Amino acid sequence: MKGFTAMKWRSTEPSVAPVSSLELARWQFGITTLYHFIFVPVTIGLAICVAFFQTRWYRTGEEHWLRSTRFWGKLMLISFALGVATGIVQEFQFGMAWSNYSRFVGDIFGAPLAMEGLAAFFVESTFLGLWIFGWGRLSKRVHLACAWLVAGSTALSAFFILAANSWMQHPVGYKLEGGKAVLTDIGSVLFNSTALFAFAHTILAALLTAGMILIAVSAWHLRRGNETRVFGDAMRLGLPMVTIAAIVTVFVGHFNGILMSHQQPMKMAAADAVFETKKGAGLSLFATGDLKSNPGGLNRNIEIPQLLSWISTGYPNGEIKGINNLNREYQRKYGPGNYTPIVAIAYWTWRAMLGCAALMLLFGAYGWWLLHKGKLERSKRFLTFAVPAVALPFVASATGWLFTEMGRQPWAVFGLLKTNVANSPSVSAAEIWITLVGFTLLYGVLAAIAGRVFLKTVKKGPVEAGKAEEPGQELALAY
Amino acid sequence: MDAYTALQVVWFVLISILWLGYFLLEGFDFGVGMLIRAVAHDKEERRAVLHTIGPIWDGNEVWLLVAGGATFAAFPQWYATLFSGFYLALFLILVGLIVRNVSFEFWGKIDSDSWRSRWEWALIFGSFMPALLWGVGWANIVHGVPIDAHHEYTGTLFDLLNPYALLGGLATLTLFLTHGAIFLNLRTTGEIGKRAKRIAATVAPVTAVVGIAFLTWTVASHRGGVDAGSAILAAVSALALIAAAILADRNPARAFAATGAAILTFFLALFVDLFPHTMVSSTSSAFDMTLNVSASSSYTLTVMTVVAVLLVPVVLVYQAWTYWVFRHRVSAEDFGEVRTPLDLIDKARGEHPGERPPEPAGPGS
Ligand code: HDD
Ligand code: HEM
Ligand code: HEM
Repeated sequence: MKGFTAMKWRSTEPSVAPVSSLELARWQFGITTLYHFIFVPVTIGLAICVAFFQTRWYRTGEEHWLRSTRFWGKLMLISFALGVATGIVQEFQFGMAWSNYSRFVGDIFGAPLAMEGLAAFFVESTFLGLWIFGWGRLSKRVHLACAWLVAGSTALSAFFILAANSWMQHPVGYKLEGGKAVLTDIGSVLFNSTALFAFAHTILAALLTAGMILIAVSAWHLRRGNETRVFGDAMRLGLPMVTIAAIVTVFVGHFNGILMSHQQPMKMAAADAVFETKKGAGLSLFATGDLKSNPGGLNRNIEIPQLLSWISTGYPNGEIKGINNLNREYQRKYGPGNYTPIVAIAYWTWRAMLGCAALMLLFGAYGWWLLHKGKLERSKRFLTFAVPAVALPFVASATGWLFTEMGRQPWAVFGLLKTNVANSPSVSAAEIWITLVGFTLLYGVLAAIAGRVFLKTVKKGPVEAGKAEEPGQELALAY
Repeated sequence: MDAYTALQVVWFVLISILWLGYFLLEGFDFGVGMLIRAVAHDKEERRAVLHTIGPIWDGNEVWLLVAGGATFAAFPQWYATLFSGFYLALFLILVGLIVRNVSFEFWGKIDSDSWRSRWEWALIFGSFMPALLWGVGWANIVHGVPIDAHHEYTGTLFDLLNPYALLGGLATLTLFLTHGAIFLNLRTTGEIGKRAKRIAATVAPVTAVVGIAFLTWTVASHRGGVDAGSAILAAVSALALIAAAILADRNPARAFAATGAAILTFFLALFVDLFPHTMVSSTSSAFDMTLNVSASSSYTLTVMTVVAVLLVPVVLVYQAWTYWVFRHRVSAEDFGEVRTPLDLIDKARGEHPGERPPEPAGPGS
């Protein structure tokens, strides 16, 4: 928390008296977006798993696959409901709280956003309706196609929005005209190198999230000996999925990092807490410093020699640029000011993400091995640990975004537009206080209710084999 | 500098169409939401009411999201001025939409009367707020709000709550209520349909009075004299409103066509009134924002035109198909006995092995 309150890091600005509308707008954006992203990977990941289960049912006609489809489908729908509800806020809040940003980037940024709506949201919402209410009404084959269309379009929506976001990390295909960015090449915006990596990385994150949920829920039931068939199926899907996705994530993330150190070297330098440019830099394992944007150096640092250079450049003696050198370089290029993000946040969010990735990899591999040996259902330790472990992908995603977005500061659009001029001049701090408190309270209440409904649905488990669902619940999938 | 180019007009028209689609479709969702407790008295009936819009409301809402996204892409200055200017009003709309969205999904998730009634009230609130505020918002856009030379809104929330705009809000509120009641009458059988019909017959005349009053005010107060196009559309809308009031308890299908036509012409009159502006400044007409001032580059508009031409027809086809799939009337009896896909599959296996399951669980049949 200290990192957040130490946000008066723009040395060019006098530290403004109470809380400025800018800071409030940033808090609001961070809170609403991170909240939206709790549900995003769950929806994307579970939609794929549900479509998979339904395909198995379609192919084999075995009832346990149908029960899996309906059970995991219910959980997916709860997440979807909140993803949609919080997504509307995202669509509006660029204009509401970040009007200068919208004026500056609209020419470029609006395009993928509108395409997302036309190409993805329409498909997603329409076919989800068909899927929920189409049981027995559509032919099995068409109904299955609806499930895949939902899964595909949620992933497609991620592509467009990440293309928009990646443009802020690495602006391409534009020229500056009349103080605004003007689009010159849509192809390079949509197929920005940053966007392709971010997309791969985010879809993998979604698979990891869904996999960890499959495992946690199944573990809880298997410990109690419930529904071994349905939850055994889920384990057989979840464990390999987590293990493989985690391994691929490490590779994709690694190349993502290399790309980033070319495009936004400051972010990488801050992540590694390297202050002075050096050859053969070591990988820092634990460091402390002063919590401000440019502390100048570290107080304490434990590092593995040369490892960082080796990871980032491929050579043990490769050169790593330092924060202070980069800052001077940027001052020459962009004028006086401080171009350093809050180092402590970049450093620790980066480590949290990597740590979660490592833990999930080990966890998935261990579970897979137990499964392979046929010992999974008797391993109390694994089944107990699996439940809290479900927090890992959520922590990884949240810290991943915090790193990506806060590590880019002071820029809203890297090299082009600073965050401190991007907000809405016509919106007062009082107004943002109202919406910030309003959204936070509303989201808090919804989180409590959704959590309760989610847990209830989890505990109830799938319907019993050969039985209809209870009265009142018979159409629970359909409200 | 011209006020607009051809491409900009295309996008103004497209965005208008998106809003028209949104109000036409989500209009009855709002009405159904507001009426859930009035037309349906027990759990089965309320479930039937939810099923009339269950499969389609999310698709309907996307019309709004795309209207927002398209405004951002095609007229970023409009998006920026409007959304930051109407900040708190939009916040209230968002709260309404959020509450409404989750109430659909949560209503049936826990089997308790108090749980369900809480979500019904949430649905009523969440349908009421946007139904009212969209009218307030559009009335203000057309009539003009305080905007300065930098295209920044200089008023407060209370400047938006002027009598003209409030009348506009009342007009959309009653219009959507009527539209929804007639929709329910069309889409349900039995008691629900009868009650919906009674409500429609009562509200429709009120709607006609309020709507015509608002349209008259709009036409009369147009900047620089009456705009012929807008006036003709307003007159058509007035006729449709009267037709709806007459038909409401006679012929639901025609009445629905009438409210649909009334909604379309109502908003068309507003869009024509607004053109070729995107925002009108009540501070000084020198600060009015034209299409040209608001638009993105012609390259962006061209790209987006290609995308829209390719995708919009496809969207229309599959949305129409959804309406076709769920065309059956819904009745409370459908929800009395337990019928699930499992039952249906058992049946299908037992009675006609190898065939696809018979007609639906739940709605329809
Ligand atoms: C990587 C993926 C991703 C990211 C970064 C975002 N979203 Fe999102 N969004 C989705 C992935 C997604 C999704 C998976 O498609 C959702 C989540 C749950 C759902 O129902 O669809 C969704 C829902 C969703 C909706 C509701 C759609 C509907 O009604 O069907 C809107 C309007 C937005 N989002 C808009 C945004 C905006 C403006 C974002 C930028 C800040 C954003 N999302 C970030
Ligand atoms: C769902 C995924 C996303 C998450 C979790 C996320 C998270 C965040 C966070 C935590 C901040 C606050 C950073 C700070 O205040 O220092 C931020 C800032 C910002 N993000 Fe994102 N972001 C996401 C996606 C996007 C996308 C897709 C866009 C644009 C397309 C975007 C645009 C911005 C803007 C304009 C800011 C500036 C405000 C600021 O710096 O505080 N974000 N984001
Ligand atoms: C060894 C493993 C990992 C590496 C090397 C890695 C690397 C990265 C890098 C370099 C970025 C920043 C991209 C940018 O700023 O342009 C990033 C962002 C992100 N990471 Fe990771 N990551 C790893 C694991 C994970 C895991 C396990 C998750 C979640 C389950 C995750 C979720 C995210 C998210 C959501 C973002 C923000 C979106 C984006 O920019 O792609 N990461 N990651």
